[in-house]
Amino acid sequence: MNNTRTKVMSKEMVNQALKDSFIKLNPAFMMRNPVMFVVEAGTLVVLLMTLFPSYFGTEGSTGFNLTVFVILLFTLLFANFAEALAEGRGKAQADSLKQSKKEMTAHKVMEGGGVQSVPSTDLRKGDIVVVTQGEMIPGDGEVIAGLASVDESAITGESAPVIKEAGGDFSSVTGGTRVVSDTIKIRITSDPGESFIDRMISLVEGASRQKTPNEIALNTLLIVLTLIFLIVVVTLAPIAKYLGIELSVPVLISLLVCLIPTTIGGLLSAIGIAGMDRVTQFNVLAMSGKAVEAAGDINTMILDKTGTITFGNRMASQLIPARGETLASVAQWAAVSSLLDETPEGRSVLELLKKEGLEVDESMTAGAEFIEFKAETRMSGMDLKDGRKVRKGAVDAVKAWVLSQGGSIPPDLTPNSDAIATEGGTPLAVAVDHRIYGLIYLKDTVKPGMKERFEQLRRMGIKTIMCTGDNPLTAATIAREAGVDDFIAESKPEDKIAVIRKEQAEGKLVAMTGDGTNDAPALAQADVGLAMNSGTTAAKEAANMVDLDSDPSKIIEVVAIGKQLLMTRGALTTFSVANDVAKYFAIIPAMFAAAIPSMNVLNVMGLGSPMSAILSALIFNAIIIPLLIPLAMKGVAYKPMSSSKLLQRNVLVYGLGGVIVPFIGIKLIDMIVHLWI
Amino acid sequence: MGIIQIAIVILVLLLLVKPLGTYLYQVFRNEDNRTDKWFSWAEKPIFALIGLKDRKGMTWKGYALSFVITNIILVASGYLILRLQKVLPFNPNGIDNMESTLSFNTIISFMTNTNLQHYSGESGLSYFAQMAVITMMMFTSAATGLCVAIAFIRAVTSKGTTVGNFFEDFVKAHIRVFIPAAFIIAMVLVALQVPQTLKPALSVTTMEGSEQQIAVGPVAALESIKHLGTNGGGYMGVNSSHPFENPSPLTNVIEILCMWSLGAALPYTFGLFAKSRKQGWIIFSVMMTLFIGFLSLNYAAESNGNPALNRLGIDASQGSMEGKEVRFGIAQSSLFTTVTTAATTGSVNNMHDTLTPLGGITPLSLMMLNSVFGGKGVGLMNMLMYAILAVFLAGLMVGRTPEFLGRKIEAREMKLIAIVILVHPFIILAPTALALMTDAGQAGITNAGFHGISQVLYEYTSSAANNGSGFEGLADNTLFWNITTGLVMLFGRYISMIALLAVGGSLMRKQWVPETLGTFRTDNKLFAGILLAVVLIIGALTFLPVLVLGPIAEHLTIR
Repeated sequence: MNNTRTKVMSKEMVNQALKDSFIKLNPAFMMRNPVMFVVEAGTLVVLLMTLFPSYFGTEGSTGFNLTVFVILLFTLLFANFAEALAEGRGKAQADSLKQSKKEMTAHKVMEGGGVQSVPSTDLRKGDIVVVTQGEMIPGDGEVIAGLASVDESAITGESAPVIKEAGGDFSSVTGGTRVVSDTIKIRITSDPGESFIDRMISLVEGASRQKTPNEIALNTLLIVLTLIFLIVVVTLAPIAKYLGIELSVPVLISLLVCLIPTTIGGLLSAIGIAGMDRVTQFNVLAMSGKAVEAAGDINTMILDKTGTITFGNRMASQLIPARGETLASVAQWAAVSSLLDETPEGRSVLELLKKEGLEVDESMTAGAEFIEFKAETRMSGMDLKDGRKVRKGAVDAVKAWVLSQGGSIPPDLTPNSDAIATEGGTPLAVAVDHRIYGLIYLKDTVKPGMKERFEQLRRMGIKTIMCTGDNPLTAATIAREAGVDDFIAESKPEDKIAVIRKEQAEGKLVAMTGDGTNDAPALAQADVGLAMNSGTTAAKEAANMVDLDSDPSKIIEVVAIGKQLLMTRGALTTFSVANDVAKYFAIIPAMFAAAIPSMNVLNVMGLGSPMSAILSALIFNAIIIPLLIPLAMKGVAYKPMSSSKLLQRNVLVYGLGGVIVPFIGIKLIDMIVHLWI
Repeated sequence: MGIIQIAIVILVLLLLVKPLGTYLYQVFRNEDNRTDKWFSWAEKPIFALIGLKDRKGMTWKGYALSFVITNIILVASGYLILRLQKVLPFNPNGIDNMESTLSFNTIISFMTNTNLQHYSGESGLSYFAQMAVITMMMFTSAATGLCVAIAFIRAVTSKGTTVGNFFEDFVKAHIRVFIPAAFIIAMVLVALQVPQTLKPALSVTTMEGSEQQIAVGPVAALESIKHLGTNGGGYMGVNSSHPFENPSPLTNVIEILCMWSLGAALPYTFGLFAKSRKQGWIIFSVMMTLFIGFLSLNYAAESNGNPALNRLGIDASQGSMEGKEVRFGIAQSSLFTTVTTAATTGSVNNMHDTLTPLGGITPLSLMMLNSVFGGKGVGLMNMLMYAILAVFLAGLMVGRTPEFLGRKIEAREMKLIAIVILVHPFIILAPTALALMTDAGQAGITNAGFHGISQVLYEYTSSAANNGSGFEGLADNTLFWNITTGLVMLFGRYISMIALLAVGGSLMRKQWVPETLGTFRTDNKLFAGILLAVVLIIGALTFLPVLVLGPIAEHLTIR
């Protein structure tokens, strides 16, 4: 992961956000956020009353009005600051991306066959370019000839170069990455401004951010609450007037601003931007906020076995001595044959022995010669100094080798090796000269931690389906080991679509990961499709998210981020609404205390004076916004658990907390404010 | 003793919920069942007469259009009768035609199941108008409400596009529910000394030798549907505190159960439709919790007596008996007040104007919430709307797009619900402010100060919630009051009904989301708690300031 990109905030960023907070006061911007727009309108009215007290007949309360104006202005600035800061973090990411998008020269292959240097911005879809060692790839494209290693750290943050070659699943390249060795010919697949990096920049900058359906629904609720309180406050004046109580406009505006959901209203867009940002920081590029939210709703997850659930290469998991041989002897010879073997299989044998605690005498290999694995022999091993030949390899090859030296085959060898094969494993035989000592059971191993993750998913209510080309027996073994809920063996790409459609017909939302071109239709069909950056262009285009690290198991984190995004919105909305209870107890008695002295019974917080009560509630309302910015940016803590427990916890923290916190906060602020009034 | 009386009535109600809820489910589930056998002989000719042969299901729009048009036709014919009652038959007391704004108010009042009465029945209506307008509308408006609620329930619990056939439901609601029940209750009331006659008012000579007119008429018939249909419009001006309408504690309990039981049974019916009785009980328990809370407030406040009188050293052991009937006492009056406003019936057996200030908060709040049992169906619909809101907030808090009964709650539903939760405070607070600002409004107020605010607030809250009880003491038969309350009743009823039907229609078309561990459950105690909080907070936040200026200020100043 790229650490330069995960920096939370820098001084510059904060300064820029401060500046933007003022720029965003422009009513044209404010209109997009109706809750804060109401605050702005109120601020303006109070400002006018402060500036022209004689016109409004408010000469007596200029000091109070000025204070209200300042607090309201800060409320607006705080809300703007939250948004600006979230955008600023996105922009910082975009800037680092833009560096890789500098103007560069491309070597375009002309129709005649000649090569011409053109600016990269002139390249169009379908153009063919040649890129050689040390050059930047001028645009997104597909390798059509050659093989090269490419440094993709600008995009992925991963410094190790990756191999790109024509044909197959490793043919897609991204503009702005650098060819480290060799030369490749690339067909450009995007027009200027539409490339991967361009899209990424516009997404993290928030420029192309559209409101998601959930945001629209929540916004509707916030607008309704705002309108209800507008009705409450506007009608309160004439009702009070009937009793001979004159309520001043700044007091009414204070009440209104305190009651409308400014906390969530001020933080809503920051939450959305920060949510996208978290996904991006995770090195996953989501094509829209909608996709991230959909991830939170996923019911079913379809995962490829190889690469996602298992390592994909076969590892030694068991040693089976042949009849009459001891485990120790098999271990010894297996170790000898593997000590210099640098293949994953070879190393896994040594790891297995270490894990099982089997002692190996390494002195035997001194001066020995290592025999490499060859396709013809299908064996590897060691020729020892004393002349003994140690081999491990495919069972039939070893058998033939032993027989050719006059050895015999232990009777249980064939049944044992067949048993391993039917379970989906690969048997390797271990022999020294004419004697076969036993078998090494190689099998595809489940990545560590996968079982726990699937357990978490199950608790979150997500069903996992494993897809594999293996036979049903093998598939069942791995499925059981990994703890997935279901599997499809011998699956073809069409099967994935069929499963997705079936689940979707039941109303479920399906997520899947994929990288190959043949995954593209399924990626498009799934509600959340996560393509690997190492995958083909077709897969990436069909998916709505791309994982830059090409780690398919990341889909699980994306689900968590999606949930976190919704939870943060819900928690802050609840908190915001619950705050109103305390604000009522601060402002209502204060408003009427002068006219109806017995109203002071409702002043349960014992606030100093009516004026300080109103100002304290207003100040609390303002400063709660910056105090909650870190929460809005980070998202509320999410641990996978059943929804009932989660709800219980969040209701307690944000619901009950939302009722209690302002009582304490307003009281504390009042203790200070009351020193003056 | 009082508490035991109340507990027994509540117990009887609890016993009624299951059988009544099941019966309603059988009637409206549109599959062959036993109730067909009992009633189809009566319905078949009606269906044949109105040309309703195949009774095709309607979309929510069709359903809404059908019930609105039916109501418009009923309003038009009713209005004509009121304006022409002098020349129409059955007018032995020679009552004159009703004035136009009063007719406007009265006809809307009865069509919307409000039964706000700006006239006095015994002197303002002929027997014909009482029967053909008032009693008829008591049936039709209750049936309309029940049908719409059933359609809404069908929409949120089933798949497809049709919510049922309005005309079929409407006929069934009459034939299988209201007419038989009303008939039986009327007979019981007659047996318990409630008059039922077409003879003119009795003229008697009192002991002092003066002539007195004693109003009688078809009281029992009206009395039974008045409560069964949560209508509340009394035959007599003083409603159920009149000894002919409600002669004894026994009739009082019968009337309480009549208005309460159908509304209380509907959550159970909903549970049956939703194939989750638990879900129905959760909704019921939230309603019951709110009910008992507000009942306790009223009972405690009334039992403690009027603080102003207590200070003078007057014996308060009887509680605050001003405006209450001695034959009912505090317990029966308090329970009646709570039930009549919870179920939005609006009949009264004591004068709400003379409730202690704190006791007066109970009827006001119940009508402001308008979701605690509620009138025929409307209460359940509103409670389900609050449930959808609660689901929205709670769903977000568990990180999922909110779902209710397997359907996602999205922007469209929220927008429609937005209309409903916005309309209610608007049509209560805006006209209250208007009345308190204008001379026309202020002219009607008979008690200045905080109590005046309560009077005005009560009138509009009662209209908006289609309750119809009056705080009384308001001189409300004027152009201003007739028109404003008329409009409030109209908007209060139809906007929310149509918007909620649209919510149902929109939910119905959605793909069902299967339930998983990640789904947040709506049939457990936790959800009941959240729902309770949402109802209280939305209600409290909206109406607290005005309640502070009305009853709370009044209480604080007379303490």
